Amino acid sequence: MSFLQQALDYIFTADNWGGSAGLGARIVEHLQYTGIAVAVAAVIAVPIGLVIGHTGRGSFLVVSTVNALRALPTLGVLLLGVLMWGLGLLPPTAALALLAIPPLLAGTYAGIANVDPKMTDAARSMGMSERRVLTRVEVPNALPLILGGLRTATLQVVATATVAAYASLGGLGRYLIDGIKVRQFYLALVGALLVTVLALLLDGLLALVVWASMPGSGRFRRRMPQPLLDDEVRVDTGTRSRTPDYSGEQSSLTVEGW
Amino acid sequence: MRYLLNHLDSAWALTLIHLRLSLIPLLLGLLIAVPLGAVVWRRTALRRLTTLSASIIFTIPSLALFVVLPLIIPTRILDEANVIVALTLYTTALLVRAVPEALDAVPVNVRDAASAIGYSRIGQLLKVELPLAIPVLTAGLRVVAVTNISMVAVGSVIGIGGLGVWFTEGYQADKSDQIVAGIIAIFVLAVVIDLLILAAGRFITPWVRAKPRRRASA
Repeated sequence: MSFLQQALDYIFTADNWGGSAGLGARIVEHLQYTGIAVAVAAVIAVPIGLVIGHTGRGSFLVVSTVNALRALPTLGVLLLGVLMWGLGLLPPTAALALLAIPPLLAGTYAGIANVDPKMTDAARSMGMSERRVLTRVEVPNALPLILGGLRTATLQVVATATVAAYASLGGLGRYLIDGIKVRQFYLALVGALLVTVLALLLDGLLALVVWASMPGSGRFRRRMPQPLLDDEVRVDTGTRSRTPDYSGEQSSLTVEGW
Repeated sequence: MRYLLNHLDSAWALTLIHLRLSLIPLLLGLLIAVPLGAVVWRRTALRRLTTLSASIIFTIPSLALFVVLPLIIPTRILDEANVIVALTLYTTALLVRAVPEALDAVPVNVRDAASAIGYSRIGQLLKVELPLAIPVLTAGLRVVAVTNISMVAVGSVIGIGGLGVWFTEGYQADKSDQIVAGIIAIFVLAVVIDLLILAAGRFITPWVRAKPRRRASA
């Protein structure tokens, strides 16, 4: 257990937190890689998922893209990127964004495609344009699944961002990889522990966001416009998205089959 | 591409290591998760506890777990055993949540019919409910298999064998063709394993093939 003791001593020493190579700076770098990569992935994946989920055309494309990107090894893409484009923010962003696209795309697509057709039909019959059906009916109802995809994506990226250090970049992977390289295993442990804590914190935070996004559950009720038939409307919209359908071959977040 | 063709021997050797490191955990995880999931299925408190611990385990980054494990279990640092134990934990964590959910999804009338023709509780679980859960399990297994394959590749950063070695070697020697070869090899490996699990899942569930029409979502 002496490694653990050493690692904890290192973490709880204030001197190790400051400076451009201190723990604080490394955590900020780590979050920066994660944030940028997830944002880039969201900008690409969410609109595509929205359009395909709404029109129902090209679902095959979603399934095959998701499966293919999942099989792509992040480390290889990152190192190839560094050899091709040199050091900088571009290689880790590209590699990590490719990692984040599958869950975001699958979540968005599944969320929109699984909105009860009765609801979208009702919206259309009330005279909503297709765009409004998408933004006012489908997106709010799909939000838990879309944010669930965001949660999975963030979790994977924050865990994998450690490999950026292998390509001479920063982030918490520096401790992990340098520690192993110079055989100072307590340093590797410092990196491992902090990445774990960061992942658990981010995951908890996003779990809270997903929970808050469940439609019609009465959270944030005061800020929402109240329809006349308040209760009935809430019950109707709430039941579906809170009980995802696990029957059959398809589970909600993972787009399977081909 | 040429690198891959010129180094087929070492590609094969590395593939075997890669498969060993990613598929043994898959089997072990399946062997643990199915009984565990079936046991906790009807016990609400135990099931919550299992689900909670599974999500926490799943949140721990793999690279971190490879390094932390030697502190918890008596293995050496940078030993293959760490990878196998870590990936077994992930596999179990993912599947153990899917098993009770799949069992929940068995229709009530099927369950009633099974007990009406005289199945005992255990017999019903083994012969009726678990087989019906296979499609959900294969879906989970496919995700885990592909994830494990890519996690083993990442492990090369801390000196774990497998096809990921081509990434680290190619990077240090500034050979992008070796990295490309590694990407292709791992990609093909992942796709092949994925399709094999899919095919195996279809093969052992003939009733799914028999009625290919999708059940309309409720």
